[in-house]
Amino acid sequence: MAQITLIEAVTQALAYEMAHDDSVVVLGEDVGVNGGVFRATQGLQEKFGELRVLDTPLDETTIAGVTVGLAVQGMKPVAEAQFEGFIYPMMEQIACHAARMRNRTRGRLTVPAVFRAPWGGGIRAPEHHSEANEHLFTNIPGLRVVMPSSPARAYGLLLAAIRDPDPVMFFEPKRIYRQYKEDVPDDGEALPLDVCFVLRDGTDVTLVTWGAQVKEALEAADELAAQGISAEVIDVATLTPLDFDTIAESVQKTGRCVIVHEAPKSAGFGAEIAARVAEECLYDLLAPVERVTGYDVHTPLFRLEMKYMPSVKRIVDAAKRTMAVS
Amino acid sequence: MTIAAKFEIEYLQYLDAEGNEVRKDLPAFAKDLDHMVELYKLMLSTRIFDAKSIALQRTGKLGTYASCLGHEAAHVGIGSAMKPEDVYAPSYREYGAQLYRGVQPREVYMYWGGDERGNDYQKEPARHDFAWSVPIATQCLHAAGSALAFKIRGEKRVAVCTIGDGGSSKGDFYGAINIAGAQNLPLVAVIVNNQWAISVPRKIQTGAPTLAQKGIAAGLFSIQVDGNDIIAVRKAMEDALERARSGQGGSVLELVTYRLGDHTTADDARRYRGEQEVKDGWAKEPMKRLRNWLVKKKVWDDAREEAWKAECDEWMDNEVNAYLETKTQPVTAMFDYTFAEVPADLAKQRDYVLSLDQKAH
Repeated sequence: MAQITLIEAVTQALAYEMAHDDSVVVLGEDVGVNGGVFRATQGLQEKFGELRVLDTPLDETTIAGVTVGLAVQGMKPVAEAQFEGFIYPMMEQIACHAARMRNRTRGRLTVPAVFRAPWGGGIRAPEHHSEANEHLFTNIPGLRVVMPSSPARAYGLLLAAIRDPDPVMFFEPKRIYRQYKEDVPDDGEALPLDVCFVLRDGTDVTLVTWGAQVKEALEAADELAAQGISAEVIDVATLTPLDFDTIAESVQKTGRCVIVHEAPKSAGFGAEIAARVAEECLYDLLAPVERVTGYDVHTPLFRLEMKYMPSVKRIVDAAKRTMAVS
Repeated sequence: MTIAAKFEIEYLQYLDAEGNEVRKDLPAFAKDLDHMVELYKLMLSTRIFDAKSIALQRTGKLGTYASCLGHEAAHVGIGSAMKPEDVYAPSYREYGAQLYRGVQPREVYMYWGGDERGNDYQKEPARHDFAWSVPIATQCLHAAGSALAFKIRGEKRVAVCTIGDGGSSKGDFYGAINIAGAQNLPLVAVIVNNQWAISVPRKIQTGAPTLAQKGIAAGLFSIQVDGNDIIAVRKAMEDALERARSGQGGSVLELVTYRLGDHTTADDARRYRGEQEVKDGWAKEPMKRLRNWLVKKKVWDDAREEAWKAECDEWMDNEVNAYLETKTQPVTAMFDYTFAEVPADLAKQRDYVLSLDQKAH
């Protein structure tokens, strides 16, 4: 079995689903001949033709609105926003139509679409190419917000997202697009949406994260283990609708919770998780909840970018602070 | 001087404001006088429906309502030219087109009366049309996406969207006609230019002398039409639909009309436009010219007008009653259509609201 990267897993999932379902189409800027600027759609146009792998005019609003129209007509469009920082013109179509079409027509019209976007920083990209803004979407009803953190989860969750009858934002952490390879069988097996994945069992502290930061959280757990602290690591994977039960179960066990995300701190999705922990797990807590996040600033250009990102050290320090209380 | 490209915009009109024929080459459908009577009857029922809606709003039985007064020829012309299998993406006042496609007045009342079920059109072909779109011009891209789906699947269907003169300033409109040109999509984008975007007049909406010419930039067939002349509207629509259906590409139609009423029942147009202008608008309104023309052809008269009005009144009374008798949805309805299935996390909120509602009873 071939070992593949996260970006190759995206391509593999798209190719699998396009081969097995004629209604799946891919559209976006440069997704055709060029195979996408990150090569996520590499080779798809050759296999499936110019109409099913469509190079659109350079207008994100067009991509999003056409996606809504395609989906209402029974297609399963997978739209690409070239970078998360360019997704803002799509938001009206996503919030006002994709996410609410089913509700406002009482189920008569639906939008089974996926909006993919390379997400987050850490690749020394130009301005507007490094945004982490998933929290702008988690507050929109009717929308699933999904973020894979490994090649296998990229493959399984993208298949699930395409097959889902409702719109899904699929944010791909571009920093780990090619970070490592793993075995990902091309068997068409989807992973479940709406559930968190417990990636490492632990008893002292729960590290809750998603996307690219999963790698730092796992490394932090290794370092904490070396210091005698047992950390449980949860990959949220589907931010909304949130599987809070899995997080609650863990926090009830460990009594400590560190939330890690790249987006700015205030009103980031970590705030929602912290609030839920306060509502449902307060009496289980042995220490205040910690958040290790980006700061409430614009993602710095790349000379300072890594100072902005949550690091293994910041996660370890936060976990140790929770241990110091009791 | 070398000319890189040259363009012109045709203006299409068959009947003047008094109902005189300004050209003799009437299209085939206009020679079928029974059919023309049917179109007139639908225009009249649309106007009666509109007056009933405003009365409902004024008596507190409807929320804010967007009137279609003065747009009857434009809207009925659009709806009557389309085939059932085509798809329509309206903005929010094109009742004349929608009634033709099976939207029921009770559904209009439900929507403006605060009930989402008004968007759940029960009758075909409206059932596969888009629902009203309040965010301006966004529906143009839904039509373009639908047209792309038809092209991918090789279906001989056309997607039609309508927007106002204000809507033609929005990127969504430009985006829709642009991709329609680039991909040769079966899209007909109809600008119903009623001269006013709430309080902003057409002349400061754009410096372009016609709105139709925006289509030229997208590579689409583009034409300006007297939007109060149903023969012209219907003819331009039929031609545009035929071109789109046969793979010859999309069109932009500018239907020049006038908004005789306020923007909505929440608006007071006296704040921003003069009486004379509205009087001029009434002089060119669409019903009178068609009635004059049909009377001259001896297929319509006062007695038939009164009989049809009475039939419409009865129809609308039935529709109003059906609307007023519709029970409010259960409180759980606000959750039940958010996703195909209510996710576990949302089900907790649903259960909570249900418990509050049960306590209240």
